[in-house]
Amino acid sequence: MSRQATEQADLSKRYDIIVIGGGNAALCAAMTAQEAGRSVLVVEVSPEDFRGGNSRHTRNLRYMHSEGNEFLTGPYSEEEFYQDLLRVTAGKTNEKLARFTIQQSNNVGDWMAEHGCMFQPAMRGTLHLARTNAFFLGGGRALMNAYYRTAKKIGVAISYETEVQDLLIEDGVFKEVIATRDGQTHRIQASAVVVASGGFQANLDWLKEEWGEAADNFIVRGSPYDRGEVLRVLLAKGVNQIGDPRQCHAVAIDARAPKYDGGIVTRLDCVSFGIVVNREARRFYDEGEDFWPKRYAIWGRLVAKQPDQIAYSIIDSKSIDLFMPSVFPPIEAYSIAELAEKLELDPKSLEETIAGFNAATREGSFDPAELDDCVTEGLEPKKSHWARPVDSPPYYGYPLRPGITFTYLGVEVNEKAQVIMSGNKAAQNIFAAGEIMSGNILGQGYMAGFGMTIGTVFGRVAGREAANHVI
Amino acid sequence: MSSKILKEAGRVMTICNACRYCEGFCAVFPAMELRRTFTEGDLKYLANLCHNCRDCYYACQYAPPHDFDLNFPKAMAELRTETYRDFAWPKSLAKLFDRNGRTVLFTTLLSIFVVFLLTYIGKGGEAITGVHTGPKSFYQVIPYAAMLVPFTLLGLLVLVGFMRGIQNFWKETAAVVGREKVLDVKGNIQAIKDVMQLKYLEGGGHGCNYPDDEFSTIRRTMHHGVFYGFLLCLASTTIAAVYDHLYHLPAPYPFFSLPVMLGTVGGIMIVAGCCGMLWLKDEMDKRPANPNQFGMDISFVVLLLLTSASGLFLLVLRDSALMGTFLILHLGLVLAFFLSMPFGKFVHGIYRYIALVRHAQEQAASQEEH
Repeated sequence: MSRQATEQADLSKRYDIIVIGGGNAALCAAMTAQEAGRSVLVVEVSPEDFRGGNSRHTRNLRYMHSEGNEFLTGPYSEEEFYQDLLRVTAGKTNEKLARFTIQQSNNVGDWMAEHGCMFQPAMRGTLHLARTNAFFLGGGRALMNAYYRTAKKIGVAISYETEVQDLLIEDGVFKEVIATRDGQTHRIQASAVVVASGGFQANLDWLKEEWGEAADNFIVRGSPYDRGEVLRVLLAKGVNQIGDPRQCHAVAIDARAPKYDGGIVTRLDCVSFGIVVNREARRFYDEGEDFWPKRYAIWGRLVAKQPDQIAYSIIDSKSIDLFMPSVFPPIEAYSIAELAEKLELDPKSLEETIAGFNAATREGSFDPAELDDCVTEGLEPKKSHWARPVDSPPYYGYPLRPGITFTYLGVEVNEKAQVIMSGNKAAQNIFAAGEIMSGNILGQGYMAGFGMTIGTVFGRVAGREAANHVI
Repeated sequence: MSSKILKEAGRVMTICNACRYCEGFCAVFPAMELRRTFTEGDLKYLANLCHNCRDCYYACQYAPPHDFDLNFPKAMAELRTETYRDFAWPKSLAKLFDRNGRTVLFTTLLSIFVVFLLTYIGKGGEAITGVHTGPKSFYQVIPYAAMLVPFTLLGLLVLVGFMRGIQNFWKETAAVVGREKVLDVKGNIQAIKDVMQLKYLEGGGHGCNYPDDEFSTIRRTMHHGVFYGFLLCLASTTIAAVYDHLYHLPAPYPFFSLPVMLGTVGGIMIVAGCCGMLWLKDEMDKRPANPNQFGMDISFVVLLLLTSASGLFLLVLRDSALMGTFLILHLGLVLAFFLSMPFGKFVHGIYRYIALVRHAQEQAASQEEH
């Protein structure tokens, strides 16, 4: 970041509060507690260049506001916000905590701006979120840079490349953090701890426990440092678990993406304009069920269930300009057989599938902006919208793999962000914020910018309550 | 043009166009979003539209040490310096952009020496070291015609060079869109506004990332000092020329005259601005910089600084025996500045302006479509 490597925090000191993690929730907690007059240590596992966990890949935050401003085009009420949440989670939420989160998010953009966040109006591709979500100028990494700068200015101590091994908890009371840095083990004492270390989506071994060998073919879209080690420690120490360990937010992304940290550029928005086949060159789901932004999150699981966890989106020249450009160029061919060979599919099977699909399409008025009437007839699975024959070379193929964004498994918390121990007793000085507890509110599904809402709200609550606990 | 640099610019732009998180910072990203793929011309245009504010570098989730090794400001700067050579006229002199720092240094020394030699041959040592006062005192060291004719001719040549450069730029970068016109009135008005405000050194309203990842307007302030100082000096020279040719009032002028006041304020602004720019160059994070560009950048700033400083010294010392020496020095430096204009960093302003003219028209057309 800065020109000189940052000075590492002193780990031999005692701090009032230790924040484990280095993303949005962690920094919100650290700044809040420091501003309340407490000494705060942030323990971040990643090197400085990769600090911020998955927050560095984010772009906006959804918050309640009674009127529009420079960056938001109109009001977003508690009720509308809650209804949106009910819709995406299909009711799998905790109403009390959900409403609390939404209320606490009221005008939180002001607080963010005071702490260095810079916003921009939504532009071009993101206008559908312009009323509900505030966009960070430059995205999540710029936000993290601003927060780290503010945190440093007000005196928060930061220790990078520091891995938490264990927490000493006696009779439900937190005593110290055991962490290693540069091969040395440190026992750091504090009066309270805030755990904001994210989910376990980058921990392939853990994913394998839940998904079996298929997890080998998953791609982790975000930070490789979100390994869930501290989540595991908390669960082992008797903190109540929340959320389905098998649930994860997974989207279909370009199979050529790097194993970790490929971020936003690996997404593909072409699925609804063509067909998707599996390794056997067979279709397996309705590609045009709904608008892509409403469907991309189910395609990760759909691809994960296919043999070898791979699929191929195939479009023709009619559709190549209809979606956001992606980072890897499409695989291009002038015949279906040639495309099949390039994708290592059986040419005969792919020709059959496409011929069958083309024959099932009907004349309609194609419109990518509407749920149009281009629908297949007598085809299983059918394609409900945007079904045009794939018949205009050149043909294009994109390989797809499941890309994991985050996991839902977490720790149970109350409105003070205290974790709940077995026996349903709140731990007095152990707090959790961010992805590690978002499963309390987001039981399934996702809506844009809501992870950042939970992180900011619970980060601030955890920082405040931890500061209150230290007297 | 080294295809390696173009290839890298294309690779970088493809990643950026799939991400677009930086679209709020400057003109480059909205311009990029009008395209799905990038021709050589597109890349050269975008490289010149980039004002090197570095906001995107620190915001980038793919910046090194990430595997994608995406260093946008560096990729753009490397391509930009390549395009200076590409668009230069006359072509045979384009190689002066290689090792540009040395070229400018050599040009400067030679210019001062030539001015000195001609003066010495023409007027003798006594004219140089003597004290001259009153009207036309400068001309007693260097005659009127010896100032007017070479600089006028050189000025015209430089103008032709710039115009050919603009033509080359326009032709090469028009590959895809091609509906814009270099003389479009609205486009030029918008571009002038953008230049006068240095809008794209604002980085979405918060400034640049100089010298490090903290937002600051210091680079814009320093650049404004140099830019407006330069305009004031230009105005000073123009008014002096009018005084001399139309009203037959030859230099030197009293301190409280328009040419001297404008020149003094302009000169001080340039000196201060150049010092600030040099300080920033030294202080800044080197990672997003093009290491092969330092010679060109530094030599340009230093030459501008010395030209202005020598002018200010000349003002202070014009009634002393040092006047002749500083007049020779100042005119030598001005000569060097003129000579290096089409073959040094000065061209950045020309091509960036023209890129802004294209940008204004592209954006207006795309607004109409939506």
